[in-house]
Amino acid sequence: MMRRAKSTIVFCLAMTVMLAVACGGKKPPVARPMPPPPADVADASATRPPAPPEPVREPTIVPPEPVRADTISSSTLDDLNRNSPLKPVFFEYDSSELTPAGKAALDEDATLLRRNATWVITIEGHADERGTAEYNLALGERRSVTARAYLVSLGITADRLRTVSYGKEFPFDPGHDEGAYTKNRRAHFVITAK
Amino acid sequence: MKQILLAISGLALLAATPRAQPPQQPSDITTTISSGSIGMPPRFAVPDFVPLSKDAETANAATAMARVLFDDLNFEHEFALIPRDVYATIRPATSMFDVPLDRWREVNADGVVIGTVRKTDIGVQVEVRLFNVRSGSTPFAREYSGSIANPRAYAHRIADEIHQQQRALSGVAQTRLTFNSDRDGERMAGTIENRGSKEIYISDYDGENQRRVTTGFSLNINSTWSPDGRSIVYTSYIRGMPNIFVSHIYQGTRDELTKNAGNNFLPVFSPDGTRIAFISNRDQAGNTEVYVMNIDGSNVQRLTNNPAADTTPTWNPQGTQIAFVSDRSGSPQIWVMGVDGLGQRQLTHESYADRPTWSPAPYNEIAYAAKTGPGQDIKILDLATREVRQLTFGEGTNESPAFSPNGRHLAFSSTRSGKTQIFTMSRTGQDLKQITRTGNNNQPDWSN
Repeated sequence: MMRRAKSTIVFCLAMTVMLAVACGGKKPPVARPMPPPPADVADASATRPPAPPEPVREPTIVPPEPVRADTISSSTLDDLNRNSPLKPVFFEYDSSELTPAGKAALDEDATLLRRNATWVITIEGHADERGTAEYNLALGERRSVTARAYLVSLGITADRLRTVSYGKEFPFDPGHDEGAYTKNRRAHFVITAK
Repeated sequence: MKQILLAISGLALLAATPRAQPPQQPSDITTTISSGSIGMPPRFAVPDFVPLSKDAETANAATAMARVLFDDLNFEHEFALIPRDVYATIRPATSMFDVPLDRWREVNADGVVIGTVRKTDIGVQVEVRLFNVRSGSTPFAREYSGSIANPRAYAHRIADEIHQQQRALSGVAQTRLTFNSDRDGERMAGTIENRGSKEIYISDYDGENQRRVTTGFSLNINSTWSPDGRSIVYTSYIRGMPNIFVSHIYQGTRDELTKNAGNNFLPVFSPDGTRIAFISNRDQAGNTEVYVMNIDGSNVQRLTNNPAADTTPTWNPQGTQIAFVSDRSGSPQIWVMGVDGLGQRQLTHESYADRPTWSPAPYNEIAYAAKTGPGQDIKILDLATREVRQLTFGEGTNESPAFSPNGRHLAFSSTRSGKTQIFTMSRTGQDLKQITRTGNNNQPDWSN
């Protein structure tokens, strides 16, 4: 049993290394932020399609999936959200229309949500500081719902996607220039259950 | 504009305050003091009150009361306050019976407010008289007693009563502000990244006695007063979704008014205190509409029905109309409708307008924040003439105006001093006064 678990971890590590090597030319891929090693290694492997290992010999005793599930649950939702596995969607000024880049981000998010079918997420709508606090609540509402509608159109069930508007109350970048505003006009994803 | 009240002063005083002391010499039937110069406001002096007990607490209270009273009276500009440094040349009174009126006459005072403070078994006894410097009469003479803990409260009460009696004006010295603040630097609870909480605060109208109302470790915004000044309704994210809560600040209790019905924001009490207007996306995600409900959260009625965003309601003083914001014309503008939702029409034609606030009588105006450049400025629409006047001019961004209950002042938020802070100014844009200085503070509302 110990041997089996160990070999799974070794296998996962090997996969991660291979993947990192394979994508060598580009930026480090999915497994990039990994503070405490064992938990996050398993974590990173969870973001890829479950590697079909070779448990066929003794399936009754040690199915590999439970091992992986256990290591995932040892990382909290806070850890998961800190690494932001779901990409935010950015908007133009005073707009809740999806840009091509925004749609591309949502396409990736939809893939991740399909792989992690138990995740329930909250889509937060945020605005930059330039409008009024009050109207930005309505604008943030629209942005969160625009993002949700697109995810639903990609087949994600609506009851996994709650929306909440934060208006301009929580800027991600505290600056007061266009660079900051660009980051703050967004739909942001928070995993609230997994 | 000087007015002569013919009420006999002694009777008026007894009726007004239970513990009023009859004036010593009710010889003068004129109960208001007018200026010696035609067309000018009466010139008043408010020297430090006279401590009749020897201890330091009484002495400090006596000084504090006079200085706060000076500021309170100065705030409305009904009287021209003679600067305090002039008083140093005049021998202080030691009681009500040795006020050097001849000396006050030399500095052209029309009236002088003399107060005495005496410590008692239960707290403190404060006697105040407004002397007519020329006649020697005391058209205002009242006595107050209670705890010595907050000397400012005596000054605020005295200021409101002097304004009422001398100018028939409802002063605002006893009113308060509410706003939200991130000053505590506390972190939000929950599985969200590192975000600071915002809590609801209250303060006196002059920014003193700032106190926290919520302890949610959450986002609490949009606070507004109940008409009786005993409750605050606001939006809290403490349950994850934004919902509407009422805190009864004297009981220390809290009610949740909206539950399991989408996102709910921007609650405002009706002037009679029986209804609350707010916005919600409960009927269609992504589309906020204006609703009203009873103050216990029951009887929710939808007032707007438009695919555009409808938001930020405010009541007219009679409670018969609601102004709100809609972007159905392409940009956010101020609109108005009946409380039944009928008769919706557009009031502003700005590039961007939000947060209407309806002035109390006798003014018939709506103040709002309008985009004027990179940020917003405060403007006022006169509903009778349809004229718009601008009160701020690009000093930072200026938002969220709220009228004082007498319509003569506005509280608002501004970034002119760096972070977002609460300020007050007159309805003509003068007398700017910074209320908050710690953290970011936003979305003020002014109590009755």
